[in-house]
Amino acid sequence: MGPLTYYDIISPEWNYVIALIIGFFFGYILEASGFSSSRKLAGVFYGYDFAVIRVFITAVLVAIIGLLYMGYFGLIDYKVLFIHPTFMTSAIVGGIIMGFGFIMGGFCPGTSLTAVAIGKLDGWVFTGGLILGIFFFSLIFPFIEKWYYAGDMGHVKITDYYGISDGVFTFWFAVISVIIFVASSLIKRRVKPIRY
Amino acid sequence: MSFWNENKRHTYWNPYFGGLMLGLLLILTFYITGRGLGATGGTKSAIVTTVEKVAPSYAKSSDYYAGYYNEKENPMKNWLVFETIGILVGGFLSGALSGRVRWRLQHSPKITSKKRIIFAALGGFLFGLGSQFARGCTSGAALSGASVLSLGGFVTMIFIFGTAYILAYPFRKLWI
Repeated sequence: MGPLTYYDIISPEWNYVIALIIGFFFGYILEASGFSSSRKLAGVFYGYDFAVIRVFITAVLVAIIGLLYMGYFGLIDYKVLFIHPTFMTSAIVGGIIMGFGFIMGGFCPGTSLTAVAIGKLDGWVFTGGLILGIFFFSLIFPFIEKWYYAGDMGHVKITDYYGISDGVFTFWFAVISVIIFVASSLIKRRVKPIRY
Repeated sequence: MSFWNENKRHTYWNPYFGGLMLGLLLILTFYITGRGLGATGGTKSAIVTTVEKVAPSYAKSSDYYAGYYNEKENPMKNWLVFETIGILVGGFLSGALSGRVRWRLQHSPKITSKKRIIFAALGGFLFGLGSQFARGCTSGAALSGASVLSLGGFVTMIFIFGTAYILAYPFRKLWI
């Protein structure tokens, strides 16, 4: 039963080899999907290219469904999976700041790394800015520490928080996803194509 | 050289196929490690290590850095650092196979290269800053969080995309 490293089915010495291999596929998939291009990524906000939202939502949907089924069939111990912790205040503040970063820079951190890999100068500059931004946070950390830990709700799932079952939530998430996919095709047809 | 296929430069995967592959990779990552993917964690580890080498006394006195040095493991040997190296190699190979590897600055014809550089730097800075608040970026918080139904993952995802959509109009000159 998974997770394999948690149950010592794979010994910890393999951790970094696995990290390299998983990173390799991550980078390959992002680049092959066109995410090394800031103009392709930004298309999602102007309606001329919806690759970002299509890849992102499809991936989330596949992962949610796959992991839930693996949990039901006892292939993975869902209880020990790392649920990203919720600190409501900083989740919202961080999301807003990253939204500014996305529309101004045209990349997110993972995609900018693939841009770096293929020689995009704007990707290099974005990654440089990224390093400075993370470093800047460490400098201001003493002043925002209280705020950073505000709204601590622990490793809570959205379904537990709203008291709905995982299956029902996933069903409606899938329905909304399909609506977004169809809507994106309809919008793209009406928007003037952009060459980049 | 036939290795560099110039005709495929603008040919990308079908986005639904890319999404399927990324979803399967997320499942595999959770199945093996119990955690998801990340993109800012590796960079952060590198910064933590650098600060320790350059300014050890500051690092020890700072609440932020001290937490990392109390751990026995060197942060540079962090899982995410190796994953980040993998991202670079995988991205390079995909780009190389499609003839996309070359030095290039990409921007809308309506703005100058200088303006693109300034906004790329600002955008990167803000993304780095925001990722530290949210304890992860689009990969670590939004994508990996939402995969296991994390409330914070969905909240961060909605606020990243929501904010960018609201700002799309005032910033339109940068892109269209």
